Amino acid sequence: MQMPDMLIPQVGIITDIIQETPDVKTFRVVDLKGNKAFDHMPGQCAMLSIPGVGEAMFSISTSPTNTKYMDFSIKRVGALTNYMHDKMNPGDHITIRGPYGNAFPVDDANALKGKNILFIGGGIALAPLRSVIHYVFDNRDDYGYVDILYGARSVADLVYHREIEKSWAEKRNTNVFLTIDRPDDAWEGNVGFVPDYFKKIGFSTDKVVVMCGPPIMIKFVLAVLLEMGFKKEQVFTTLELRMKCGIGKCGRCNIGDKFVCMDGPVFRVDELDQIPEEF
Amino acid sequence: MSKTYKIALDKLPELYAQTAENRNLYLPIRRGGTLNFEAWHKDAAVDLYGLKTANTPKDLFLPQSEDLYTIKMDGTNIEVFAREFFDKPFAIFGIKACDIEAIKVLDNIYLSKQPVDMFYKARRDNAVLISLACNEPKNACFCHAFGLDAGNPGGDVTTWINGDNLYIQGQTDKGSAYVEEMSGLLEAADFGDLSGLQANIRETAQNLPYAKLPLDKGFTSEDMMAMFNSEQWGSFHRACIGCGTCTYSCPTCSCYDIKDHDGGDCKGVTRFRCWDSCMYPDFTLMAHGNNRLTQKERFRQRFMHKLMYHPMNYEGQFGCVGCGRCINKCPVSLNIVKIIKSLAEVKEDANA
Repeated sequence: MQMPDMLIPQVGIITDIIQETPDVKTFRVVDLKGNKAFDHMPGQCAMLSIPGVGEAMFSISTSPTNTKYMDFSIKRVGALTNYMHDKMNPGDHITIRGPYGNAFPVDDANALKGKNILFIGGGIALAPLRSVIHYVFDNRDDYGYVDILYGARSVADLVYHREIEKSWAEKRNTNVFLTIDRPDDAWEGNVGFVPDYFKKIGFSTDKVVVMCGPPIMIKFVLAVLLEMGFKKEQVFTTLELRMKCGIGKCGRCNIGDKFVCMDGPVFRVDELDQIPEEF
Repeated sequence: MSKTYKIALDKLPELYAQTAENRNLYLPIRRGGTLNFEAWHKDAAVDLYGLKTANTPKDLFLPQSEDLYTIKMDGTNIEVFAREFFDKPFAIFGIKACDIEAIKVLDNIYLSKQPVDMFYKARRDNAVLISLACNEPKNACFCHAFGLDAGNPGGDVTTWINGDNLYIQGQTDKGSAYVEEMSGLLEAADFGDLSGLQANIRETAQNLPYAKLPLDKGFTSEDMMAMFNSEQWGSFHRACIGCGTCTYSCPTCSCYDIKDHDGGDCKGVTRFRCWDSCMYPDFTLMAHGNNRLTQKERFRQRFMHKLMYHPMNYEGQFGCVGCGRCINKCPVSLNIVKIIKSLAEVKEDANA
């Protein structure tokens, strides 16, 4: 029996597909025996592929506390994701390998554990945050107050909207703040971009920030965070670069002396000052 | 130090034949005017006097294209068939000091950190590296700048052409076992015979035009951001046409792509990896954009990776070995030596 190479995937089964927004679906994956394909920590990723179509890295949007399956919330943006949206049905096979990358430091008392946490997300980037959010709720006593600030283009584009309203907002010591970019008759909540809404709410700085979103949102939110007295050491975010191998060899996700697939995707914001701004 | 042996040059075909009895033998063979590592056969035009092969020994460890596994699909059901790893012993004879060092660079990338690349490991485990001291380092050679010794190239076995003889010395257990296996063809020799030859080679290598590079100036982690932000990148890249020749001819460039080949219903999909190049725009292209938009950023990545990022990750080992192939082959005469010199000036300026 030869030692398998990390590039060789296992086969997974799609057990459920949930339409989250017009262009985001959540794919629920188990291995061929019906179990979770492998263990992971919040923030880690996995390579999914359809043979002949492509292979790509996706964040795992369920928490390690879910021992039954993994969810991947995927936006349609290219060949593989279009195929998954258009052609895949529950029961279909897919290949999966992982987990890849570091994780949010959820168990580190110098980082997230025991702290008040402010989650800031934009668009599809709530997918990796959901893994951490579930982990925190499933270990509720290990963390302080939780604030979740999430924005999307429109009401229809709010990923996990129902789950946010019915579940997250009902948890103890938890506040949820939602915003959409453009006014909508069916929306009574805030309208405006995430950085502006952040300013309007005016969070106190006694918390750790976990932030995922499009690079432009991160840039502007970070400016507001610093302006309001947060330190870079209090803020964790993720980088997204093109990846092929996931194991620090194919060279695509290299920035400075880091390989985002191994040293990331999670970085404390002050660490980003130590590498070239190529993200 | 292990024992030194020699064999008359006119008896080398016997050495090749005996080597090839138990393994494939690759050595520099001239074909159509091009020198490359190719499989030995008795009529092959072996040329031990050529300075550099066009392609590098990298090809034997990281083939330009390599199948990883096959996936068969039955409707929407998938079955993955892993490829058996490479398991044929082979020897490469005639590797120069630069290319031996390049294999150490590849070993670091592929073997020194978990997870190990099992495809690469299988080939490395099956290989005996037999180096050959350079007869006459020339022109674009600058291995000396990286502290390499063309007169003592290392590998599992080191060889030298000295007068009418090839001198042979095992360096590793694997290499000594090979020398032992060949002992019927070899006679004992005195390592001291080589001192004149080695002195000549070193003298030549260190006086080549590119041999003295200011690598001691900067090129350490604290200089990374200053070098990355140097205004010179704005002009360095201008001639670059993004052809990628430098990356393909480089003995240490090892970035790869993974792609699918659909062989039809009965054959299934073969997923393979193939060389890729940071010089190409789609290397970093993502759905949400591209973090290296112009040739300036791509050009900078290649040099910063070799001269700064790789050394930061691997205890100061440079990702360039001074073989000079990219200098010889660049269609627009871009030159890594000029880049190194200019970057060292950035450091000088920062200190001034």
